[in-house]
Amino acid sequence: MKKTNEFSLPRIGATQIKLLEKLSNACAVAGDEGEVRKIVLEQIGPHADEVNVDALGNVLAYHRGTGEKRLRVMVAAHMDEVGFMITADDGDGFYRFDVVGGVDAYKLVGKAVLIGKEHIPGVIGIKPVHLTNAEERKRPVELEALRIDIGPAAGKVKVGDRATFATRFTQLGPSLCGKALDDRLGVATLIELLKNAPPHIDLLAAFTVQEENGLRGARVASFALMPDLAFVLDATPAHDLPTWDGSENARYNSRLGMGPAIYVADTSALHDPRLVRHLMVTADTFGIPYQIRQPGGGGTDAGAIHKQRAGIPSVSISVPTRYLHSPASIARLADWQNDLALVQAALLRLTPDLLKETR
Amino acid sequence: MTDIPAFLKRMLSAPGLSGHEAPIRALIEETWQPLVHELNVSRMGSLHGLRCGSGPTPRPSILVAAHMDAIGLMVNGNMDGFLRVTSIGGLDPRVLPHQPVTVHGRRDLPGVLVSPPERLLPANVTEGAVPIEYLLVDTGLTPEEVRRLVRVGDLVSYAQPPFETAGDTLVGHSLDNRASVAALTVCLDELQKRPHTWDLWAVASTQEEVSLGGSTTSAFSLRPSLAVAVDVTFASSPGCPSHKTFPLGKGPTITWGPNIHPALFDAFRDLAERHEIPFNVEVTPRHSGTDAYAMQVVAEGIPCIVIGIPLRYMHTPVEMVALKDITRAGRLLAEFIAALDEKFMDTMVWKD
Amino acid sequence: MKALTQKLVETFSPSGYEAQIRAVVRAEIEPFADEIQVDALGNLIARKGQLKPGGSRIMLSAHIDEIGVIATHIDENGFVRFTTIGGVRPHTCLGGRVRFINGVQGVIGAERLDDLYKVPTFEQLYIDVGRDSRDGHPVRVGDVAGFDRPFADLGKRMVAKSMDDRIGAVVLIEAMRQIKDTPHELFFVFSVQEEVGVRGATTAAFGVDPDLGLAVDVTGTGDTPKARKMEVSLGNGPAIKVRDGGMLADPRVVDWMVQTAEKQHLPYQLEILEGGSTDARAIQLTRAGVPAGCLSIPCRYIHSPSEMVDTQDVENSIRLMVALLSQPVELK
Repeated sequence: MKKTNEFSLPRIGATQIKLLEKLSNACAVAGDEGEVRKIVLEQIGPHADEVNVDALGNVLAYHRGTGEKRLRVMVAAHMDEVGFMITADDGDGFYRFDVVGGVDAYKLVGKAVLIGKEHIPGVIGIKPVHLTNAEERKRPVELEALRIDIGPAAGKVKVGDRATFATRFTQLGPSLCGKALDDRLGVATLIELLKNAPPHIDLLAAFTVQEENGLRGARVASFALMPDLAFVLDATPAHDLPTWDGSENARYNSRLGMGPAIYVADTSALHDPRLVRHLMVTADTFGIPYQIRQPGGGGTDAGAIHKQRAGIPSVSISVPTRYLHSPASIARLADWQNDLALVQAALLRLTPDLLKETR
Repeated sequence: MTDIPAFLKRMLSAPGLSGHEAPIRALIEETWQPLVHELNVSRMGSLHGLRCGSGPTPRPSILVAAHMDAIGLMVNGNMDGFLRVTSIGGLDPRVLPHQPVTVHGRRDLPGVLVSPPERLLPANVTEGAVPIEYLLVDTGLTPEEVRRLVRVGDLVSYAQPPFETAGDTLVGHSLDNRASVAALTVCLDELQKRPHTWDLWAVASTQEEVSLGGSTTSAFSLRPSLAVAVDVTFASSPGCPSHKTFPLGKGPTITWGPNIHPALFDAFRDLAERHEIPFNVEVTPRHSGTDAYAMQVVAEGIPCIVIGIPLRYMHTPVEMVALKDITRAGRLLAEFIAALDEKFMDTMVWKD
Repeated sequence: MKALTQKLVETFSPSGYEAQIRAVVRAEIEPFADEIQVDALGNLIARKGQLKPGGSRIMLSAHIDEIGVIATHIDENGFVRFTTIGGVRPHTCLGGRVRFINGVQGVIGAERLDDLYKVPTFEQLYIDVGRDSRDGHPVRVGDVAGFDRPFADLGKRMVAKSMDDRIGAVVLIEAMRQIKDTPHELFFVFSVQEEVGVRGATTAAFGVDPDLGLAVDVTGTGDTPKARKMEVSLGNGPAIKVRDGGMLADPRVVDWMVQTAEKQHLPYQLEILEGGSTDARAIQLTRAGVPAGCLSIPCRYIHSPSEMVDTQDVENSIRLMVALLSQPVELK
């Protein structure tokens, strides 16, 4: 534990990385989050006063604090990931599929996938280059033309099964590499927060479903939990690569190694300025690095949460991650560590007076 | 017993575009009156029919929604007695030119929706389908009469009368989704002679074609334990991909996907198999495109499923449906509701 | 009315950052409200009147946010890159000026345009605030700005930025001032975040839980050279919304509004807006549903820094609003 003057902040160690590995390797396409839900339920059982699974499959865990006038603080992270659903059996081990969540077709070609609860291996192939002509090679890949191929066997695959990229988690020096770091990083962080829940608040942990399918789980979760305010833990794209001509990259969204990214505005929400300030002041107080995620497109569960009931002040904070929604994304361990530290410190510093400030 | 084909044909001849469902609602209300214990109308205009179950109170309830609104057009301008129109719901501009329509002005006026001759249109629109904004309704009346009888905001519906075709099929406009209202009525008929423990809310919902507003608000006020959307789905027809369509007359579809609670899917599939009701499984990877999309995320969340009735040529004036599929969908619903017992909600769990 | 309009449109409050305009409106309505509260998203909600027999709980909503821009990057030479808040279009930006809510002013410039006849993308635009490096820059990533253009009184017409929807707020404030006797419990909502998807009205409607709802907002017109065809003109009276891109107004509410206008001998127009929506959509869909409609003020050049309304239309909108809210409502 890293000691500061007032508080002790949890750290990411081997155990937490092991858990992230398990979470990243699990398959949980939006609408079918069972594998991750199972891991979450195992992990949080001893640390929550009450755990429910709702009609959509959200895991809602309640940690009761002590003391008077406790804020009800929702912290959400989504369990689901982008992936595929089998839509038709073409015979001979070939299956048509559709994409669930935002994945560009060009990212699919020549990749290995895992299908269904039994993780049956398959591939997404394409015609050999030798058999193509110059015109064809220039044309973008069309999803309609692609198939998942499990080999010429009597298939155990059913129409309606989900599939994900088959990538296995690995560490690359100071970085973490795997599929579905969006948002297993958030899930792992939320599990740690629940294990170290500050006593002066009621912590309402929502492990949500169907974020990639339109922020649907968070909507009903926040309606049910009725929090005073909400923090959303997610992963945000880092486009911090060089531009083709070496000019200044003004559209990086977020950058690896610069600390957790605090949201001000995205397509789904204008994040509560009081909570944005609270995170920035907390980071400055504790000497935790942070960055402002570039305002612009994209969205998180905060987009659904802040509009529920008579309004819920919300903010998002993300671990910058390269190549989201692809077979292999890359994040920095230090950013994750600082993400956890910042949110934990922000929870510790919360008081009801924060919401009395002018928004 | 309701004469379903006759009732359906009457529904197909009644106006009731999205947001303006009063005429079709009156007709359904009259038919459901003897079949339910209580009827009321929501603030969004949806019709709620309650059949009380025999179980102890507080009883769980199941909401079955079939939207009664239809797509159509609305007058948004008058050019020398020719009416400009805009669409209500998703219309394909390619099917509109030269369709008979009814303009619901100060009185109902027959008319034809026409595409003006090419020479009168801007050059850039004549290459493809002429957009709706250039189409005009000609009522044959003088400009003065039109000005007196029609104002901006008046509704325009398809005038194609319903008729039977070979193989026990029916053709008409707004079979999407009056076919499902008919199926729900079959279900209510069946339940007259079947005991059921749960309460049933039969809902003829409004505004599905524009905002899913009727089902959203009805699910919020009724707060059922389970919700079913009955809606039409794509039947096989020339030019449609086979893996996204279902054969006409071979039974309803039971839907699978993120809008659907998997345990509810299992329960419906097992029941259909047990009762030898033919069905197909429809897979929707994202949005089911039905009232279930809205109802699933109402309040704390509601376990949902979609039952589909295969329909050809959706959103045209010549939609085609097999009467057998309507009867089977109604029977499937009735069997399911009759089989619901006090312990059913204990099975609505996530089998991880 | 013109002085109030000028005061409101010269305040800078893009969506999500409505503190300044909220304070201005609050000061105006304080004498006429029975109770004022600000909700979690920043909606200003003023209650006036008590339920009497025949009365209803009615929510009125005019949004006080405006479209604007938000800084995404300060480059090494001090130029500010930005993205939009709400429906800003690039062709209205060139040569324009903005004012950040901390008071910093800037001008919008463009990278070299290869084709002068093609509208540039936002990625080609930047804000120049008169600095030449990142050091000590007065703008930070995430700072927001509104378009800077003074109010102009053209006599019969008024022009300004953010007429959408400060003119709606003017109508509500004046109605609050003029309504002396009402059977209703009225909730005047000055809503936030309309321009980014009617978000403020969504939570306000849930909180207020009204029996009936009316939005007051601007609508487009078809009366300018080669305009998109639309049967609404400036100066022909308030527009009663039949539908827009997001809502079919409740036909009973439309009838009530039409009959009230006719009874009061007030001019009115029926409005069908292709695309766009208003707070009325959020009110209609809240909880178990609410009969909802919208009183629209015809406005030219919406979402440009020079939005134009007709003074008579505004006056007649206030009269219609007062008449609507002074009598019991019976929807048929």
